[in-house]
Amino acid sequence: MQKITSEQSLKEIRDIKQIMERSSRFLSLSGLSGVAAGCIALAGAAIAYYEIGKNSFDETDYSSRSSVSDLFSMKLFVLGMIVFFGALVMAFIFTYIRSRKQGVQIWGAASKRLLLNISLPLIAGGIFILKLLQTGYIGLIAPSCLIFYGLALINASKYTLSEVRYLGYGQLILGLISLYFIGYGLFFWAAGFGLLHIIYGTIMWNKYEKE
Amino acid sequence: MKNPIEQLNKIFDSRIRLGIMSALVVNDSINFNELKELIAVTDGNLASHLKTLEESGYIKVQKGFIGRKTNTTYAVTKSGDKAFRQHLEALEKMIRSIG
Repeated sequence: MQKITSEQSLKEIRDIKQIMERSSRFLSLSGLSGVAAGCIALAGAAIAYYEIGKNSFDETDYSSRSSVSDLFSMKLFVLGMIVFFGALVMAFIFTYIRSRKQGVQIWGAASKRLLLNISLPLIAGGIFILKLLQTGYIGLIAPSCLIFYGLALINASKYTLSEVRYLGYGQLILGLISLYFIGYGLFFWAAGFGLLHIIYGTIMWNKYEKE
Repeated sequence: MKNPIEQLNKIFDSRIRLGIMSALVVNDSINFNELKELIAVTDGNLASHLKTLEESGYIKVQKGFIGRKTNTTYAVTKSGDKAFRQHLEALEKMIRSIG
C-alpha cells in the first residue's frame, strides 16, 4: 500500500514538472533551424569575403585598408540584412514544422516570452552596430555581433531548450576573442554564426528529433 | 506523526486539476486554449475542472477580448499557490517515507 502510493506521488511530481516546463519554455525549437541558419551565414560570409577582396583591390590607391567607402559599407549592410532575415525565415520554417508535428501552438505564451527575451539584447545590439557602422568602427562590427548575439542566447535559454545557453557561451567567447584579432572579424563571424550554429543544430537534431 | 496522505489536497486528486495548477503557478496567466493544449483535454472537461478550482478560490478568471473573440485567462490566487505548495510538500513527504 505504502509503496504504491509513493510511486503514485513520484509520477504525480513528474507530471507536474513536465507541465511546468512545457508551459514556461518553448521547446519546439528545431535543430534544423540552427543548421539552416548556419549554412546561410556561411554563404553570406563567403560572398562578403569575395566582395571585400575585390573592394580592397580597387581602393588601394585612395584610401587605407581600414577605411571603407560609403557605397561599399552600404553593400555589406544590405548583405548583412539579407543574411539575417534569410536565416530568420529558414529557422522559423523548420521550427514551425516541428511545432506542428508536436501539436504545439507556435504563438503561445512560451514562444512570446522567448521572442521578447531574445529580441531585447538583439535590438540593443543592432542599434549599437548601426552606430559603429556610421562612425566607421568597422573592425568592431563582427565582435559586437557575436557578443550581443551570445548574450541574447544566454538570456533566452531560460525560455527554451536549456542547451541554447551553451551556444550562447560559444558565441560570446568567440566575440571576445575576436576583439583581439581585429581585421579577422569575418572569419570569427563565419565561425560563430556559421559553424557553431551548424554544430549546435546537428547535436540538437540528433538528441531530440532523429527518428 | 500525521499520515502524509491526509495532507494531500483532495482538490488536486484529479490529474487535470493538478495539471492546470502546475501550469498556472509558473505563468502570470494562461488562456483557455493554451491550457487545453497543454493538458490535452476536451473543452467541456477543462471547463468543469476550471470551475471547481475557481469555486475553491484557487484560481481567478478574467474575461477579456482580443478583437471580437472572447479571451478568458486564468491565474492562480495566493491561496491557490499556497495550497499547491503544500500539496507538493505532502507528495515529497510520501516519497521520503519509504526510504
